[in-house]
Amino acid sequence: MKPFLRRLRAELFATPADALLSLGLIAVLSLAAFGFLRWAFTQAQWAVIRVNSTLFAVGRYPVEEQWRLWLLLWLLFAATGLSWGVLRSHPRRDRSGALWPRNDRIAAVLLVVLGLWRPWAMGLSLSIQARWWGLVALLLLVRWLAGRFGRRFGPLGLRLVALMWPVLYLVGMVLISGGLGLVAVSPSEWGGLMLTLLASSFAILLCFPIGVLLALGRRSDLPLLRWGSVLYIEFIRGAPLITLLFLGQNILGFLLPGGLAPDRVWRAAWVLTFFAAAYLAEAVRSGLAAVPRGQFEAARSLGLSYPQALGKVVLPQAMRVALPAMVGQFISLLQDTTLLSLIGLMELLGTARTVMANPAFLGKNAEVYLTLAVLFWCCCAALGLGSRALERRLDPHAVPSAT
Amino acid sequence: MSSAALTHPARVLSTTALLLTALVALLGCAAGGGAPGSPTMARIRERGRLVCAVDGAVPGFSTVGPQGAFVGIDADFCRAVAAAVLGDARKVEFRPVTAGERFVALSSGEVDLLSISSTHTLGRDAPGGNALSFGPVFFYDGQGVMVPAASGIRSLRDLAGKPICVESGTNTELNLADRMRERGVAYQPLRFQSGEQAYPAYEQGRCAAITSDSSLLAGKRSGFRNPADHVLLSELLSKEPSAKVTIQADPAWADAVRWITYTLIQAEESGLTQANVEASRAAARADASQAERRRFLGVEGDFGRQLGLPADFTLRVVKAVGNYGELFERHLGQSTPLGLDRGLNRLWNRGGLHIAPPFR
Repeated sequence: MKPFLRRLRAELFATPADALLSLGLIAVLSLAAFGFLRWAFTQAQWAVIRVNSTLFAVGRYPVEEQWRLWLLLWLLFAATGLSWGVLRSHPRRDRSGALWPRNDRIAAVLLVVLGLWRPWAMGLSLSIQARWWGLVALLLLVRWLAGRFGRRFGPLGLRLVALMWPVLYLVGMVLISGGLGLVAVSPSEWGGLMLTLLASSFAILLCFPIGVLLALGRRSDLPLLRWGSVLYIEFIRGAPLITLLFLGQNILGFLLPGGLAPDRVWRAAWVLTFFAAAYLAEAVRSGLAAVPRGQFEAARSLGLSYPQALGKVVLPQAMRVALPAMVGQFISLLQDTTLLSLIGLMELLGTARTVMANPAFLGKNAEVYLTLAVLFWCCCAALGLGSRALERRLDPHAVPSAT
Repeated sequence: MSSAALTHPARVLSTTALLLTALVALLGCAAGGGAPGSPTMARIRERGRLVCAVDGAVPGFSTVGPQGAFVGIDADFCRAVAAAVLGDARKVEFRPVTAGERFVALSSGEVDLLSISSTHTLGRDAPGGNALSFGPVFFYDGQGVMVPAASGIRSLRDLAGKPICVESGTNTELNLADRMRERGVAYQPLRFQSGEQAYPAYEQGRCAAITSDSSLLAGKRSGFRNPADHVLLSELLSKEPSAKVTIQADPAWADAVRWITYTLIQAEESGLTQANVEASRAAARADASQAERRRFLGVEGDFGRQLGLPADFTLRVVKAVGNYGELFERHLGQSTPLGLDRGLNRLWNRGGLHIAPPFR
């Protein structure tokens, strides 16, 4: 405690002027915090969120088919636990090899607290509360089992886990949209957080390969390829996303005869993808520019083919440099999905608009917007955390740390 | 001359084509019994559902309920049309469309019908303008001004030099500018992209007044912390008669939508409700003296067929959603949080403007 006090004194109360400034700031901040807390706990009427929680989560998804989304959620939680455990069971250079390092213990406790408290505080029905408890329990159980026995499968286990996610994504698509014996659910009925995550994950996954190809195209020696890439990137970067979205929604209907144009949700998702790809291409290009030319030449002179030299030597180094910029792109892409509400799609913000217009909940804007902000913050924070973990993993100079 | 005509292969071909066309036309007439051919209605029947555009965020007109169903008077109109055309009020695919895109969505064929409060104006109606087809007025509105009761502002003149909240890019903004210029009153417009920003700004006192359609003002006021602290000025800035919109290229479809609207109004005038319409039809069938009801409910005559709709389309409509008065009370009236007065939206014989031409 002593060093903490000493530090406090050194940083906040070093001179009388400092002390005055600090006291003033602390007073203002605590007043604001007090006002906010008083509003949140005494004046805000959270019924608007509780009653519409399904709408915020999945939009107008038919009630009788929602079991599919629950199944997907169980699969996702199990897969998360499995990946988490398997990764920990394979210690890396920068890790001590502990099965439950400190950060993991904190995360587990947070999960338990959130999983127990949040559904109860929201006043969800008991069966839904029980499902959330079950989900958290499953995640931690699988995490423990995979951490305990993951070693036995060796590197194969890691490879299987990496393969599991794309497969799970496809399974999720089938579960959400139907097909293969399941009743089809039209994309016009998707909404809420599900649509936001679906549109942004679709765009993030697909814009990555397109962006890398564009970046390579822009550095290519073939003039046609180079100018094509430059033209594409500069056109997309010169037009605001919202105009492209409007174009996609309205012009395709005229250009393609009825029925041929993809559904509006997919049109919007593709526009997001192509938009993000142009920006991502520039991030990747900056990464490529950071790799000395000698690296490529050395790889070629060792007898690697062009694709091998690119894929095994140049791109991995470029990606490491470009990663922070790319994650920044992904985060802004996630937030750009709110523009879909302007073309009439019921993603999170679109859902919020209709909920705030419900005669029973008029004037509850603050509650709704605050919830939206928290949801978006959670998603973006998760992306940021993931990217930092990835950065550490890709860092060749990492040293074993104490945690 | 005739022998030359017979020997000329092109002439022969064209004659055959003409004959074939006539034959097809004749057959078509026989099959449809003179019923009009509406490409839109054919498309709806083939698809098995009506694609109906709604705004999705206008209180009482169209919002999404907690269970995911669209609620509101505009949403119910879609259901009425689906009941008339397809016989099932549930066969509607609701398409939330924003104000800016609605007409493009309609003319590109993405939606069959706009069930959004759209003011009927010359420019939107005329072939040289947007070339749309407007149904009968579905809701009479007018642009109003709301002020805090305590401010002492009682007329537009009192707003001289004061900030007024308004949504940018709307008719509302233009009307406000016009009326203030006529009166020679200078004011500060405070423009907002959407109502979700404008109303909180007004409630926090950033502007002395807010202007929008009266129905919307009254609706939003019901969500304020102290609704009684705000009043609507008696002056109206504009008349906003809004109607359901279809494309001009399909007059038969526009007629069907027009008479479905009239059905709702006539049903109220005739005292037919969701609850009693079926019994009334049975009674009318048994009683030849109820000539008007027999015609309206399709017991006699072939009005349904003339519109390309089933003979009992009026019964289906009223059974699905009720009459106009029931719709109004359910979504906008005194029993709802919006608590709108019917005002101009009463029937013609009760001091309002809604009137249905005769069903004969």
